[in-house]
Amino acid sequence: MEHYLSIFVKAIFIENMALTFFLGMCTFLAVSKKVSTAIGLGVAVVVVLGIAVPVNQIIYQAILAPGALDSLMGVTEAKDSIDLSFLSFITFIGVIAALVQILEMVLDKYFPALYQALGVFLPLITVNCAIFGGVSFMVAKNLTLSESVVYGIGSGIGWMLAIVLMAGIREKMKYSDVPDGLKGLGITFISAGLMAFGFLSFGGISL
Amino acid sequence: MSTDTKKVLFGPVVDNNPIALQVLGVCSALAVTSSLANALVMTLAVMLVTGFSNLFISLIRNQIPSSVRIIVQMVIIASLVILVDQVLKAFSYQLSKELSVFIGLIITNCIVMGRAEAFAMKEKPGVSFLDGIGNGLGYGAVLMVVAFFRELFGFGTLFGFEVFTLIQNDGWYQGNGLLVLPFSSFFIIGLIIWAIRQFKPEQVEKD
Repeated sequence: MEHYLSIFVKAIFIENMALTFFLGMCTFLAVSKKVSTAIGLGVAVVVVLGIAVPVNQIIYQAILAPGALDSLMGVTEAKDSIDLSFLSFITFIGVIAALVQILEMVLDKYFPALYQALGVFLPLITVNCAIFGGVSFMVAKNLTLSESVVYGIGSGIGWMLAIVLMAGIREKMKYSDVPDGLKGLGITFISAGLMAFGFLSFGGISL
Repeated sequence: MSTDTKKVLFGPVVDNNPIALQVLGVCSALAVTSSLANALVMTLAVMLVTGFSNLFISLIRNQIPSSVRIIVQMVIIASLVILVDQVLKAFSYQLSKELSVFIGLIITNCIVMGRAEAFAMKEKPGVSFLDGIGNGLGYGAVLMVVAFFRELFGFGTLFGFEVFTLIQNDGWYQGNGLLVLPFSSFFIIGLIIWAIRQFKPEQVEKD
């Protein structure tokens, strides 16, 4: 249990998707104008990451990992071992895109209110590097299925935390007197930099 | 070269820069800019992928049903990225190790997807190809400027050649530790945006 808790906390604070690895930055900067929309997008990312990481974990371990298909195809010698890991990019992105479209249809059919709230953001999520990054890190860290569930949800919450905080800061920033050229994107970059600086301090925590 | 071609090719470098104005492709801009060599390879990779994905998507744009267009675009982009990744692994293994996850993340680089969706789905193949290359150039320009400052003032080198002799090597220059950390690129990009908008006041955002 403690092991999972440490993966969870690590994914939220120490290895924060947005502020430590800078993943999902495009949407992070573009959709953080209002807290309410930031929460909507954040929830969508948590849901998609929570599903996509474990699903891709299963697919990777069962099919793509070096040697995974050997017993199925009756390969016994090491030199004939089947290694499909070069296909992992295209498989992951296909799975993510398909998942997002299925999720969109399910929400549209059964939860129309939620669909109305998330509708615009769902297609955006396919190209959110946080999702793809989460899946790639899952492979790099060689997580088991249950670990990948915790990791997926944890990193989603971490990303959501970052974008909601950012939106809060930007809402307050409306009242400050920013130089003309820095207005909007420029000052957002600089404040994101300062936030990343702050999150750096979590790096000292050892779990 | 006719003025139209020039506009499509070089417009994205300053007038309509993907990073500074369209907020696309920021993730990798932050993480791979610690040295000029990395930034150059990343620029070339993104330029090729954007150019060719625009070309191929534009070629089949009339055959793609709009409901599954995102998956179709993804498959084309992912195949191109796998090519780049395999070529890089074969010819420059050290660099591909350093860029690791970020080559894969070109798939979800919003520039590629954004240009495919906004330009290649509507325009003819030739001009789409140029638009892709142009946006790759615009992305690369920002990347190279950021990497130039980070490498020069962080490590005192350019492309690995010593420009300022560091104190550790009996020189006079004390490397700037802040610029070695990835989030310093947030500040540099913010300042670049400010600089561009001083010269192009029409890009200033209204609040």
